[in-house]
Amino acid sequence: MELVTIFISAVLVQNFVLYYFLGICPFLGVSKKLDSAVSMGLAVTFVMSITAVVSWLINNLILIPYDLGYLQIVSFILVIASLVQLVEMFIRKISPPLYQALGIYLPLITTNCAIMGLALLAALNKYSFMETVIFGFASGLGFTLAIVLMAGIREQLDLADVPEPLKGAGIALIVAGIMALAFNGFIGMLT
Amino acid sequence: MTDLLVPIFTMTVLGFLFSSGLVLAYKKLKVDEDPKIEKVAEILPQVNCGACGYSGCRAFAEAVVKSSAAVSGCPVGGEETANQVAKIMGVEAGEIIKKVARLHCGGTIEAAKSRGFYSGIPTCYASHLVGGNKQCSHGCLGFGDCVKACLFEALYMETDGLPRVREDKCTACGKCVDACPRNLFELHPLVQEILVFCRSEDRGPMARKVCNAACIACGICARACPEAIVMENNLAVITDFKKIDPEKIPDIEKCPTNAIGRIHREEDRDEG
Repeated sequence: MELVTIFISAVLVQNFVLYYFLGICPFLGVSKKLDSAVSMGLAVTFVMSITAVVSWLINNLILIPYDLGYLQIVSFILVIASLVQLVEMFIRKISPPLYQALGIYLPLITTNCAIMGLALLAALNKYSFMETVIFGFASGLGFTLAIVLMAGIREQLDLADVPEPLKGAGIALIVAGIMALAFNGFIGMLT
Repeated sequence: MTDLLVPIFTMTVLGFLFSSGLVLAYKKLKVDEDPKIEKVAEILPQVNCGACGYSGCRAFAEAVVKSSAAVSGCPVGGEETANQVAKIMGVEAGEIIKKVARLHCGGTIEAAKSRGFYSGIPTCYASHLVGGNKQCSHGCLGFGDCVKACLFEALYMETDGLPRVREDKCTACGKCVDACPRNLFELHPLVQEILVFCRSEDRGPMARKVCNAACIACGICARACPEAIVMENNLAVITDFKKIDPEKIPDIEKCPTNAIGRIHREEDRDEG
């Protein structure tokens, strides 16, 4: 039951983008087209899932037993950076068009605060291994959900008569704000 | 001392583990890239303006190597770049027609009648929303959105209220064409000397009332050279400049408002 709560919480209620406001950079940058938004969401989900596992292992097998908690952030950065490199090589190998579509945002997953936030939150909440796996995967799904919804809205927005000064980033931020308000409505689900 | 050594040791070991993992992965997942892409990308101007239709110079280089773009596809680099790219690709560049941006408005401060004083946001776009400060609703607004859009300092505002194009610096990237809210810029071959300096589709008397340089749709030019000039929506339009007979140019230049004629080539002003 605890696992289900963590899953729903990470996808809907405490969505990384719309509740913690983490990972806004790719959320705005890659949400112009639906298909690249889906790919970005999946790439982030992949990185998040593996990061959660690896950072849990490092945290619980190395850092906590040897009382090295102060190395948490540094070692998590190392994990994330290496994993993103791996994903980048992997995507480049299997799907060059996807690699092109993600462009600069793929290496930017490295500095995506959502992933760092995921590793730190999992450590902070003292999740068990299974809980961390679910938490990582669900957070990725939550990010994918948010970015895909955003891309869908922005594709429609292209046809709308947006005032000139608000075109592009301006209207995107307004839409993101309204989406965050809507997602706040899920808070009642957990109590 | 151990306080210092333990984190260094831990991070070194972790870093070593991850990097060896990456090295192994790299060996498995390495993608061979055509070395020509790098060579072509080096030659390109690296301004990433998008005039070629690709998202940047590198994307264009990849398209050239894959033969989906022409070697002469970079308008900014012009002939020189095209020849160098052609050399790498082992093909002929072919003839490249240099184009430049031309302004289709002759409504200087003197010629075009003012509608009132505009004191809003000083951009063409804002001015256009409220109809501009000229009585003519087609003419240049004079706030220089095009000058701001130009990446190559090829445009400047003349004191008569119209922007001018420096032909030597213009790369025909099309930024000014997009920037002008009244679509007054168009790309034309550099060799095309006869141009229509008006976009007004108002009927003759109306056009003449608001601007002394407007095309009043009298049709003199179209009668002088019917194979190259036609009248469309009260405006002279050059359909194919190559068909303009040089002998007929004096007849075309009989235009009562000089709305069609030879481009005035001015010496570039000194900067600063």
